[in-house]
Amino acid sequence: MTVHDPIDVEVIRKDFPLLTRTVHDRPIVYLDSASSSLQPRQVLAAMDHYYETTHANVHRGVYATAEGATELYEGARRKVGRFIGAPDPKREIVFTKNATEALNLVANSWGRSNLAKGDVVVLTEMEHHANLVPWLMLAESIGLSLRYLPIDGQGRLDLSDLDRIVDGAKVVALSAMSNVLGTINPVPTIAEAAHRAGAVVVVDGAQSVPHLPTNVTTLGADFLAFSAHKMEGPTGIGVLWGRAELLAAMPPFLGGGGMILDVSLEGFTPAEPPWRFEAGTPPIAEAVGLAAAVDYLTGVGMEHIVAHERLITTYAIEALHERLGPDCTIFGPPPGGDRGGVLSLAYRDVHAHDLAQVLDQFGVCVRPGHHCAKPLMRKLGVTATARASIGLYNDERDIDTLIEGLNHVGTVFG
Amino acid sequence: MPGLEDLYREIILDHYRSPRNRGELPSPPAHRVEGFNPLCGDEVVVSLDVADGQLRDIKLAGSGCSISQSSGSLMSAAVKGKPIDEVRELIRVFKTMMSVHEASLGDDRTTGAEDSPAEPEPVDVSKLGELAALQGVVKFPVRIKCATLSWNALTQGLDELASA
Repeated sequence: MTVHDPIDVEVIRKDFPLLTRTVHDRPIVYLDSASSSLQPRQVLAAMDHYYETTHANVHRGVYATAEGATELYEGARRKVGRFIGAPDPKREIVFTKNATEALNLVANSWGRSNLAKGDVVVLTEMEHHANLVPWLMLAESIGLSLRYLPIDGQGRLDLSDLDRIVDGAKVVALSAMSNVLGTINPVPTIAEAAHRAGAVVVVDGAQSVPHLPTNVTTLGADFLAFSAHKMEGPTGIGVLWGRAELLAAMPPFLGGGGMILDVSLEGFTPAEPPWRFEAGTPPIAEAVGLAAAVDYLTGVGMEHIVAHERLITTYAIEALHERLGPDCTIFGPPPGGDRGGVLSLAYRDVHAHDLAQVLDQFGVCVRPGHHCAKPLMRKLGVTATARASIGLYNDERDIDTLIEGLNHVGTVFG
Repeated sequence: MPGLEDLYREIILDHYRSPRNRGELPSPPAHRVEGFNPLCGDEVVVSLDVADGQLRDIKLAGSGCSISQSSGSLMSAAVKGKPIDEVRELIRVFKTMMSVHEASLGDDRTTGAEDSPAEPEPVDVSKLGELAALQGVVKFPVRIKCATLSWNALTQGLDELASA
């Protein structure tokens, strides 16, 4: 059965200048979007245009370009807020450096003012270090009790003991989609249980926001963190969304210019959120680029992106099984509604670095390593995997080249 | 353009498939050092039996890619039973081949001017024997850390023993 692909990849690919380059005399096959996506020329043009016509510092000058820059920056905030269904886009979107900084902000600002020795924080076994190490650091500093939702044999969260695990918890922090397994977690179900237990729900959306339609209310999140550079935007900017009343009660994270109402030699009064959490000159051009990326994704349609990426993911999993058989292991759930386009691969017993090295000769970009999820890798019983991840610009030919490369691995390592 | 054949030489694949001196020595009395490559998660455990200025025995454990594993295996075969002076010299020549200049090596006699590390000395590959097969790794800069993982652990182990 042929399923209609709502995306014309040929048209999409023309928007991405990097896809025109060659690697080792072969067309580049970019399968590393879970690490960082490519940027369409619309995003690059928006940033150039900002620098060429409107650049000034924000929230400071009264001259025309300064006002223009401020409007672009605040406009980006509102646009990003609407993109994820924030009830109050103007006040609930904090720009950070990346998703990692956003999660550190929650752990430090909310965590330090709301958690005390012995309080329970629930995480999952599949967390990226970005949603693990900040909590471990806080646990080391104030003495938290950490619990983990386990994963089952197919790389899904095992929720059979959910109510008991979240019982008494102050925080439940989890990834909406695994950066190793591609598992799309049932955040609404977990958030409901967490809220019943009185916990605050922190969602790492670094992998989900770029690939799935997102609405913070239906997700059941109290905080949501994500990065621009994984959603066709630039590096250097990330987002923390937080419920307005939570942000309002939180102390600043970093101190400096832009985050105060008043300062004397004796003390300071912080500004209102979101500015309270944006010390120093923010990433203005990057915010402009992120807004352009949101326009781009919205223009293509998040529903279309989901449908297209699911087609390619299903094709990839089936083709890898059919053409490579037992030589190739794919970690994570089988194709389906909870299966995102992140494919962690093993080929025979060849190390992930060697796989990636051979694939590079075919122009194929995959990421070898532990993917900043060492506890999960230990659970899977591997030190590294080669991860091929799918974006809206990938098609079946990319997967075919991946498989051609993997076959050559067999030739080299015999 | 460097090709895969520059990297995956037959000797390298052989040492990867059949690593020499695999395992661990009882510690103590052997000295045990761990090396990590946080980038890729590769790890190596080097056990050293040093007495009377001689590296009497060496074993390697751990897991990693073909380059890190074969480099460790080749290293163990090259240094086992050698006087420490010779081992140090071999480390120096190997690291020079890898273009890695590390102050921690301590006995890098060739570096004249402190702030002009630009030109590495030409390496006398004949001193290296089978290890010369790893020369091609230099063309793949990301993999140099794989090749030097066990060498750094060995250096650390010798330094610890010397200062004990």
